[in-house]
Amino acid sequence: MTAVSCFGIWLFIFMILKINGEDIEVHKAVTISELFSELGITPGRVAVEVNQSVIKRADHKTFRLKDGDVIEIVNFVGGGQQV
Amino acid sequence: MEDKFIIRGMEFRSRLWVGTGKYKDFEETRKAIEASGADVVTVAVRRTNITDRKSENLLDFIDPKKYKILPNTAGCYTVEDALRYSRLAREAGISDLIKLEVIGDEKTLFPDVIGLLEATEILAKEGFIVLPYTNDDPIMAKRLVDAGAAAVMPLAAPIGSGLGIRNPYNIKIILEQATVPIIVDAGVGTASDVAIAMELGCDAVLLNTAIAGAKDPIAMAHAMKYGVMAGRLAFKAGRIGKKLYATASSPFDGMI
Repeated sequence: MTAVSCFGIWLFIFMILKINGEDIEVHKAVTISELFSELGITPGRVAVEVNQSVIKRADHKTFRLKDGDVIEIVNFVGGGQQV
Repeated sequence: MEDKFIIRGMEFRSRLWVGTGKYKDFEETRKAIEASGADVVTVAVRRTNITDRKSENLLDFIDPKKYKILPNTAGCYTVEDALRYSRLAREAGISDLIKLEVIGDEKTLFPDVIGLLEATEILAKEGFIVLPYTNDDPIMAKRLVDAGAAAVMPLAAPIGSGLGIRNPYNIKIILEQATVPIIVDAGVGTASDVAIAMELGCDAVLLNTAIAGAKDPIAMAHAMKYGVMAGRLAFKAGRIGKKLYATASSPFDGMI
């Protein structure tokens, strides 16, 4: 959690992101790459969408997330035709 | 025996492509795919489990270096969804290949060909190598190619039905006019069904349930491998014509 001191009072800052349909408190992450490490996700096998736009893999290190963002993280699962 | 075919410069060695759904576990999936001899496996795109990070990943069992991963848009009923899943699949994967499905209704799982045509055109323009799953309709097959499809995947019968090729004459017409590879997708039930598809001259067959749903999936995977090989060899050998009456195969000369 990021903590800042303001007039001697410590404020604890976190974001709430909607990730795969669930509200998740994110404490450290600012970028997508940082979100992956906070969630324990191996990058490289997933794709990410923020507010319905796909974020290219090359931009994961720099794309900054903000409070309230709606995020989808997907990967490949077993499936042939309609599953 | 080298007998490859090519889609947009990509070489495919196996004429059997398989799905990865409905297996008991990833180990069975891996064994069945290996037994089938397939070099292309199709996968669906779904939400990552973010709460249980210990859950196993399909790609730990199917090596993307060994197999070509063909993402699909299974479960998409609208053009918007199919586009969204395709774009995510491209980012999650390693190629521009997409098996495009725009499903029309839950009961038949027949494709919504109007949506399919629209999505094919958009994705082809975005640089995707689009392989649309469609009906066994020769006119639609042509329209899809005009819209930019890199191959056409007509169904044999409804997905998971196991009915086999219900309209071989339509498939024959699709093949006759084809300018891209034709891959039968969905509805086959057993090895003779895939042999028929190959005897007709299809470039490949994609199936899932026929193997995964068999009593012994690994044995059925073997059977499918040989079914495809037998059908392909028979197609290349050139079968005899069908006739109403008998033709003797022994000589009359030398009879007493």
